[in-house]
Amino acid sequence: MREAPARTEPGPPARTRRLGAAARWARRAPLLPALIFTIVVTQLPFVATLVISLMRWNSLDPANRGFAGLDNYAAVFTDPDLRGAIGVTVLLTATVVLVSLALGLGLALLLDRGFAGRGVVRTMLIAPFLVVPVAAALLWKHALYNPEYGLLNGVLTWLFGADAPQPEWISGMPLLAVEAALVWQWTPFMMLILLAGLQSRPQDAVEAARIDGATSWQVFRHLTLPHLRQYLELGALLGSIYVVQNFDAVFTITSGGLGTANLPYTIYQTFYQAHDYGRASAAGVVVVVGSIVIATFALRVVSSLLREEVRG
Amino acid sequence: MNRLLGLAAWAAGLLFFAPVAWMVLTSLHSEPDAATNPPSLAAPITFDGYAEFFDSNPWPPLINSMSASIGSTVLVLLLAVPAAYALSIKKVEKWSDVLFFFLSTKMLPVVAGLLPIYLVAQHTGMLDNISFLVVLYTSMNLPIAVWLMRSFLAEVPGEILEAAALDGAGLVTTLRRVVAPVALPGIAATSLICFIFSWNELLFARVLTGVVAGTAPVHLTGFVTSQGLFLAKVCAAAVVVSLPVLVAGFAAQDKLVQGLSLGAVK
Repeated sequence: MREAPARTEPGPPARTRRLGAAARWARRAPLLPALIFTIVVTQLPFVATLVISLMRWNSLDPANRGFAGLDNYAAVFTDPDLRGAIGVTVLLTATVVLVSLALGLGLALLLDRGFAGRGVVRTMLIAPFLVVPVAAALLWKHALYNPEYGLLNGVLTWLFGADAPQPEWISGMPLLAVEAALVWQWTPFMMLILLAGLQSRPQDAVEAARIDGATSWQVFRHLTLPHLRQYLELGALLGSIYVVQNFDAVFTITSGGLGTANLPYTIYQTFYQAHDYGRASAAGVVVVVGSIVIATFALRVVSSLLREEVRG
Repeated sequence: MNRLLGLAAWAAGLLFFAPVAWMVLTSLHSEPDAATNPPSLAAPITFDGYAEFFDSNPWPPLINSMSASIGSTVLVLLLAVPAAYALSIKKVEKWSDVLFFFLSTKMLPVVAGLLPIYLVAQHTGMLDNISFLVVLYTSMNLPIAVWLMRSFLAEVPGEILEAAALDGAGLVTTLRRVVAPVALPGIAATSLICFIFSWNELLFARVLTGVVAGTAPVHLTGFVTSQGLFLAKVCAAAVVVSLPVLVAGFAAQDKLVQGLSLGAVK
């Protein structure tokens, strides 16, 4: 579409292909610094991780370094801690993404309608997403969950007096405590994406359906939801990519204790505290394989959006 | 019915906002007032928590965070703007493949490269050095920036570029008069997003920095040991460290979503 008119440069459709080698490199030049930088800083370390994952390498025992084959992978899948971490990662990611997506959808639908003070409510809802993640985790751990003076138990005391139940949130329900803090942070993100989706919905179809006597539920089920599908997928996949990698909340709220250690935290610990480089790398490769599965779907969703843009 | 839904929205908004409000309120109470059950809403306001936080010498970490975030944002722009130009205005062959390559690197979990990066830092004497964080944060934000910048530059209408070419405008004139006016708001939004991500980052900073180059989030984790004994101080610290992101984020809510969704949602 951006090809110059035939007058100035002959052969419009195949012009790019007919550029000389020098001209092609001149076009590539602005791209190369970013491309080379990205390959060096993101791809090479991963290749190194792959190599280290096949090695016996504990920095506390440097003499015993050598090729280990798939031993580290066997260890990852048999070590109860690491196996547990895989389960926790899946559970944590799935729960946080699905719950925040559902809440985000509800909030987006509420905010899509006009009401007094909508801007204020929208701003209030976004705030959790804008608190620095470590700060948010500290806030939940100390100011909300603390059994003696946290807000949650304080509210229980308000409601039920001195005999109110005073649960130990973090030690009583550790994974749920981490999940609740993350749901609180991620719901606004889902809401914003879905709100953008709702507001890009073609209004004339909705009006036509209403004139034909469709109920609100029918409009939602047959018009809104299909239109939102792409946005729901996008929110789920982007949320998954970020939540799978979560370190801040697990590190701060439970320090990975009480069965809340996810893979990023476990890898951090395996290499930072246990100094087992080989095993940490194997666990890292496992995370990558899992992420590639999610990413394949993510790329498909984003690529469908890109194709629409190219067509339009 | 409509009134009821409006009320429900208000209730939800207040519920989600409550922890943030509580953080600010607690930061403004004295330590004994902050640590009561039931909570004391009407306790006198004091800035002692903030005074104590600033006594903990937070300036080096705050300045480190500022340098790492601004440094990497500048570097990202230097790399991303030309790349986006090559992917949208003067397109290279297979531009969409290149674009997807950038995006795919964002989906590689950072833990997967953490160890080799640590070893490189150790062997080159770059541990506890802000410049090393700048490089890492740049790689972390570059894919998003390239993707976003491309979608902003793609909004420059092709006809105008052609018209400029016909009028004999050179590269510099075209960039300044045609591309820049459309791209500048996009550059601003992209910068903001890169700044926020760098400011928030904990894992790399925690592993790769220490005494000298520790960032604000790392400084915050230092408060964990004080186990709620200094609740007002913890909350004051959380407010101060979050403030730049809160201000920037409120100012550009829509652009933030667009960036986080990799430019897919406009």
